[in-house]
Amino acid sequence: MVKVLVYPANSLILADLVERFGHEPLSVQQEIREKISAPGLDSPPLNITPDDPKIGLRYAAVEVPSGVRGRMALLGPLIEEAEAAVVVHDPDPTFGCMGCARTNELVNFLIRARKIPLLELKYPSTEDDARDFVVRVAEFLKSLENGK
Amino acid sequence: MKSDLDGVVTKLIILSSKRIMPGELLSKIYSLKKDLIVKETCFGAEVSGKKEDVEDALREARSLDPYGVFVKERGFLPGDPRRCRATRAGARPGFHQIELEVKRLPLIAKALSEYERGALEMRREEGEELNLNAGRFKEIIEDTLKDMSV
Repeated sequence: MVKVLVYPANSLILADLVERFGHEPLSVQQEIREKISAPGLDSPPLNITPDDPKIGLRYAAVEVPSGVRGRMALLGPLIEEAEAAVVVHDPDPTFGCMGCARTNELVNFLIRARKIPLLELKYPSTEDDARDFVVRVAEFLKSLENGK
Repeated sequence: MKSDLDGVVTKLIILSSKRIMPGELLSKIYSLKKDLIVKETCFGAEVSGKKEDVEDALREARSLDPYGVFVKERGFLPGDPRRCRATRAGARPGFHQIELEVKRLPLIAKALSEYERGALEMRREEGEELNLNAGRFKEIIEDTLKDMSV
């Protein structure tokens, strides 16, 4: 079983496919669960622990908007833990400042910098695209099993 | 530091199925008699409890419709006031991602069933033109009509 980072980090389709093909998906909800199960946080991710900014600073400089560093405090450790990654490019919710596009660029850069097995896709919009999407993900995940 | 929530996982079960409704899914999960918090939602269910119990429940849920049941993790417990829409304004964080993907679930479900049956062996190469001849076009129309009549 390989730890596979999914991007978007809260993707239902990718997390389901990774689990279905026998691997462990790494998604942001796991990090949130860790945070809320620790006493002392009332409303994460609006509340943060004193350690979170320090974790964020490992990935983004102090001049970078605090929102990017806050998000990286959640996403950074997942990227470090990942042994492979499945990335879907340009999903609508990641567009613009509301989707924190800069964090998304940084996450994609850091995934590539890790040089782990990486599959890059686009969301399917037709039946043929969906077939292609499923086959690519399945083949990629099976190749991880075989250690190719 | 340990808390009561240690070892507790919460999963969202999202249905894209013509065979089962959220009510039937809940009946199946309740019939397992596990120590779980289960909440019925319009899209499926939220299940929370010890990891092994949740995994059993998911296995049973998938057995109802292997390609129509999709699962992802949730950080917060079901009905947590920090996330529940009953106690806060606007869409729940994470809703937009689910909304985006739910539209594509029927496509993924169909592709998954074809893949498991071995109908999909070759994948299209990047940039390759889609070869949609008259025969394939007829097949798509027949598939669509069959789906509509179910």
